[in-house]
Amino acid sequence: MSIRGPGSLPPGVTFTSVWRWPRPSFRMAYRMWERNLLSYSHRWHINLVPNFFEPFFYLLAIGFGLGKFVATIKGVDYARYIAPGLAAVSGMYGASFEVSWNVFFKLHFAKLYDAVTVTPIDPEDVVVGEMMWGITRSLMYSLPFVLISALFGLVHSWWVLLTPIAGAAVGLCFSAMGLTFSSLIPTSDFFSFYWTLFLVPMFLFSSIFFPIDSMPAWAQSLAWFSPLFHCAALFRELFGTFGTNMAAALGHFVWLLGLSAVLWPVPQNIFRQRLVT
Amino acid sequence: MQSIVRAAGLIKWYADSPTPAVDGIDFEVEERECFGFLGPNGAGKTTTMRMVSCRARRSEGVLEVMGMDPSRDQRTIKEHIGVVPQETNLDTVIRVGENLFAHARYFGIPKPEARARAEEVLRFVQLDDRIEWDVEHLSGGMKRRLLIARALINRPRMLILDEPTTGLDPQARHLVWDRLRELKRQGVTLVLTTHYMEEAAQLCDRLVVMHQGKILVEGTPRALIRDLVAPQVVELTATDQPELAQLVSAMATRAEAHEVAGDRLILHVDDGEAMLKAVNDSGLGYETAAFRPASLEDVFLKLTGRTLEE
Repeated sequence: MSIRGPGSLPPGVTFTSVWRWPRPSFRMAYRMWERNLLSYSHRWHINLVPNFFEPFFYLLAIGFGLGKFVATIKGVDYARYIAPGLAAVSGMYGASFEVSWNVFFKLHFAKLYDAVTVTPIDPEDVVVGEMMWGITRSLMYSLPFVLISALFGLVHSWWVLLTPIAGAAVGLCFSAMGLTFSSLIPTSDFFSFYWTLFLVPMFLFSSIFFPIDSMPAWAQSLAWFSPLFHCAALFRELFGTFGTNMAAALGHFVWLLGLSAVLWPVPQNIFRQRLVT
Repeated sequence: MQSIVRAAGLIKWYADSPTPAVDGIDFEVEERECFGFLGPNGAGKTTTMRMVSCRARRSEGVLEVMGMDPSRDQRTIKEHIGVVPQETNLDTVIRVGENLFAHARYFGIPKPEARARAEEVLRFVQLDDRIEWDVEHLSGGMKRRLLIARALINRPRMLILDEPTTGLDPQARHLVWDRLRELKRQGVTLVLTTHYMEEAAQLCDRLVVMHQGKILVEGTPRALIRDLVAPQVVELTATDQPELAQLVSAMATRAEAHEVAGDRLILHVDDGEAMLKAVNDSGLGYETAAFRPASLEDVFLKLTGRTLEE
């Protein structure tokens, strides 16, 4: 079913005429986050369990199944190579699902944010609350993946204990991108573009399944612009897949925070325009 | 008396419209009164409510809510008001009681207190036996009562209701009216929009009639009826157009004012009984005849006309 929302920005309202640096309140954003937790708590046992099965099957099928034919990548077993990348991917999808259809539905159909913004919570706080929730959901996917990987013996560094922080950066970055996209599109059909033209290509060409060294030079430099490339590389450092280079890890971490910071004001401004007319 | 809302020269332009939605209105709402906005669809009532509740920015003019500026002090203002929206926007993925609990938490009310208040406001709207229900299983009237309960969770000084009883059956409507009167007795200021004249007459201490973004008149329901229309109304229906034309030519001059609407002749008169007698004495034919006291609806139709706005 195609869900149709009202038009995009009202005509005459230019982006610059109402643009301002957002001043969200994290106390208020927490209240929005708490509501999402309350609604999630009804079905957490249904939702959380599959998050543990998925990595299990992925690692079994691709890591150990396909891995038999691949032998090694740069001297490590294939399962050991792909585990951190897949953990990052699950974090990407966890956040993206949450801030795409769910947020679009809450904005245009459930009118949840109309009900929330008559309270002291402002539209900027709503966006930050949804970002915090996107991070939470992202971690609910990526951390079980890390855990299962460790059980399979695919983790080789104690730096892995920092994956909650790295995973939060993954969640933040994809929440910021997803919220920006969700706030701009007029109908939910556009999410298929976000998936097929953005997330899926990233999934395939961000060194999750094979190192980017095998791609042509131009494609390698393109990969640097893929957020998922940095997520996977960051996780790989923390897993100690090829040893751990913390300087490189920090570089990827900062890259993700940087993109999040650039996008930070965009959904907040658009939500304010939509909710305070 | 202290004004809780004060508007002067208030104007709201929407970018996609050639005319302003609200076109220079002035009004003051006193603390503890019930103030009504009457008007046809598209008159600017909802936009005015949105500006007062900090959900629409004013384009020009002055607007003060509790002495504060809605474009700057919105968090503080929203802390002290309750809003019942026209459109039902309950949280459908959580239950009835949780809707109220979550709303209380939006205001930062501590959890045990939030639970207690959820029960308290549910009792107030007589839904306390539905606390564990799914929102989707409530009837339209129950959903509206739940919206009112939700708006009371922060014990607001002022309750803003946008068409609180639209779509309700008479039983549910009377229950809502009864609850709103009780709130007024408790000292809550009520600001409501409606296009039900009976609702305005039942609830409002003072009201304004809005039309095309402007306020046409302001006063108590009684004073508006007294000042703007003759005290009684005689309505005649004719079997055909020639008969109607005869009635109009014979009777219209005897009335204070008259209107023709479809097959009806509406005569605004001082003495309805005398007018009826005159009609019968004239020997002219008609299908039905009735007289009744003038109502707010007559005021409304006189001011805003009988043609549809939309």
